[in-house]
This record gives sequence, structure tokens and C-alpha cells, in this order.
Amino acid sequence: MKTGSLDVARLVIARDLRLAFRKPSQLLQPLMFFMIVATLFPLTLTPEMSRLRDAAPGVLWVGALLSSLLALEFLFREDAQDGTLEQFALSGQSLTWMLFAKTCVHWLLTGLPLALSAPVAAVGLGVPAEAMWSVVASVALGGFALSLIGAISAGLTLGARRGGVLLSLLTLPLAVPILVFGADATHRAITGGDIGPPMQLLGAIAVLGVTLAPLAASAAVRIGLE
Amino acid sequence: MSWAWFHRFASPPWVYGFAARWTPWFGGAALLAMLWALYAGLVLAPPDYQQKDAFRIVYIHAPSATLSMAVYTTMAIAAAVGLIWRMKVAHAVAAACAPIGAWFTVATLGTGMLWGKPMWGAYWVWDPRLTSELVLLFLYFGYMGLRAGIEDPVKADKASALLAIVGIVNIPIIHYSVTWWNSLHQAPTRLLGKADMVWPMVWPLLLMFLAFFLFFGTVLLIRLRAELLRRERNASWIREVLA
Repeated sequence: MKTGSLDVARLVIARDLRLAFRKPSQLLQPLMFFMIVATLFPLTLTPEMSRLRDAAPGVLWVGALLSSLLALEFLFREDAQDGTLEQFALSGQSLTWMLFAKTCVHWLLTGLPLALSAPVAAVGLGVPAEAMWSVVASVALGGFALSLIGAISAGLTLGARRGGVLLSLLTLPLAVPILVFGADATHRAITGGDIGPPMQLLGAIAVLGVTLAPLAASAAVRIGLE
Repeated sequence: MSWAWFHRFASPPWVYGFAARWTPWFGGAALLAMLWALYAGLVLAPPDYQQKDAFRIVYIHAPSATLSMAVYTTMAIAAAVGLIWRMKVAHAVAAACAPIGAWFTVATLGTGMLWGKPMWGAYWVWDPRLTSELVLLFLYFGYMGLRAGIEDPVKADKASALLAIVGIVNIPIIHYSVTWWNSLHQAPTRLLGKADMVWPMVWPLLLMFLAFFLFFGTVLLIRLRAELLRRERNASWIREVLA
């Protein structure tokens, strides 16, 4: 019996979620890192709410970017080391599709929790309550695009002895457009502007990412496995 | 049409000999063109009515900026050729391009800062074109970092080739995202047709573009030979060539 692609995606997602919830500490690390980064800014910049509000989009986005980079290290590395990715590649199923499913799980476990916890950090940065939904939406959408871009660099660094700094060096330049539009959406949300245009551009980047990034990621993983 | 001329480029010894033969020609032409263009740009061209003599840095700045992007494109094309047709020489070309392109990017940023101080009153402003140039430098760093980080040479070639291709898809998106974000840099100057500059200023610049491309060709051929020697150090043809 041939397994359909939706079944494959369901199996990959179920497996990754189950494995992730067996190590809750690893799951919480990016979130805690994000909170600590957000705490450092009032301490170093100013405790004054009006000035923090101006800096809030930058703080939220740099924090979210750094924490998702931290989690990117675990996206493929463990599965590459224990041979799971090799089995994926040999399974006869589309590796692109399976890696896309893995990337979606990565977003579910890091991007989405980061977006949902962004209001906690945002309150501390003087962001008004009515802007919260827009802040959550922009960080969630931007985080999805970041996970897709990140999957490429995570695949590329599989062949390197250590990911770490190299992973950030590869991802950050590619993430510039996401950061620009994401921070702009958050800024508009805080100042009561129209978040439509930057959100649409973020959406366009995410759609482009969905179309091309899994292909590039699977090519990168295949190179790493050779 | 015969493809023999193309297939020869897949052979490291032939390319090594080709590079050795052409280096002096490219180098000599680059030197002549650059000296002539420097004299024309610094002495013959009239000073700008607004920027006075400070505008003359354009003769280094603009060609460096063009080359910084042209070299990335060359690198990505060579990388794609290497990935698709599994040509070792193409990967060597891509590897040789990266540091040259990074230096052109540094030269662009450096001359731009020197120009910015008298014109804008600051060495650095967060303008889209400055920012994309800086991001381009980071892309070069990422490419070289990935190449250096992977020990297996075949894997390093393929992974960095893929990164170069991903980068070239991303460069326009990065460029337009930062353009939309903030703008101060002057719009591109039209050189031909309905030109923004007068001809006595334009021709030394065009000559300098040619000189920079020739210079790039010279350095690429030299670096390519070094790269081939390093990669093929265990091959028997090296002994014959160096004997």
C-alpha cells in the first residue's frame, strides 16, 4: 500500500511533536532567552516607557530573530546524527515535503510560542493593549518566514563540524527583508497605523518561502548526507 | 557547432595553462587602462560645479560598486555550473571569486564613507544602497565561512554553491526591502543617452569600468591558478607543470 503525502506529513509532524515534548526544557529555552533579551533593553536603554515604546519593534524583532536562530540548531542536527534524515531520504517519499513538515513543526514549537508570548514582553516595553493582536500576528507570520529561510541554512551547515555562529552568519543576511517588514508592521501596530501593507509583503515573502525554501533545504540536506 | 571549446574548460591542467597564458595580457591591459583612466579622471575631467574635486572619488567608488555585484553574479553562475554539470573547475572559479568580491565590497563601502563625510556630513548613514552593500558583504562572509567550515572539499563546494544561488535569488528582495525602508543616496546617474554627466567626466569613468573588469579578470586568473594547485596537489599534471 502506498502512503499518501498527507499521511507522510501527518506522521512526520506527529513524530517531531512527540519527540519535542519529551524534552520540555529544550522547548522552553528559546522562550526564556527571548524574555531575558527583552528584559535587558529597559536595563541598558532607559526605564522610561515612552522611549521604550519607540524601541519596542526593534527589541521584539531582534529578540524573536535571535531566539529562533537558537532553536534552528536543533532543526536537523539531531536527526542527521542519529540517521533519521538518511532514512527520510531513502524512504522513497519526497524529502522536500517531509522537510517542509519538519519546518512547520519547528514554527509551531518556536515561532508560534514566541508570537504568543510577545505581548508579555511588549507590556514591559510600553506597548498599548489594543496593539497586542497586531503584534502577535506580525511576529507569527514573520516567524513562519524565518523558519523557512532558516531551514535552508540549517541544511547547509549539516556538513560543518559545528553550526553555531556559522548558522547565524548564513541566516541573518537572508532574513533582512523579513526583519524590515516585520518590524515595520509592529511599529505601525504600536503607533496605531495601518499594518496591511507590511503584513501583505511579509505574506508574500512567506509564500515565496513555502514555494522555494523546502526545495533548497532538501538539496542542502542531500549534500550534507552524502 | 562543436562544444569542444567548452569541454576544455572542464580540464584543470588546460585551464591552468589557459590562466597562465592570459594573466599577463589581462594584467597589462588592466594596468594601462587604469593609469590612463586615473590620469583622465583626476586631471583631465573638469571639477563638478557642486561637489568640486570631491566628486572624483566616483572613479573608484562606482566601478567598485558595480564589480562587487558583478563578482557575486559571476560567483553564483560559476557555482550553478559546478552544481549542474559537476565541473570541478567551475567550483574553483566560484571559490576564487568570493574574496575578490568581498574586497570590492569593502572598497565600495570605504570610498563611500570618505565621500559621505564632506557631502552628507557623516561617514555612515542608514541609506538603502549603503545597507544593501553591507548586507552583500555579510553574504560574502557567509559564503566564505560556510566554505571554510566544511572539511570535505566536495561537500564544501556543493553546499557553498547552493548558498550562492539562494543568495542571488535573495539579493533583489533585500535590495527592494531596504529601498522601501529609507532613502537618501542619490539616484543612479545616467551615463549615456540623456546623460546626467558631461562627456569629459563620463569617458574616464567608462574607461575605469573597463579597467576594473580587466583587473578583476587578472586577479581571478591568478587566484584560480592558486586554487587549482591547492585542489589538484596530488595530481600528476602538477609535477609536469611545475617542473
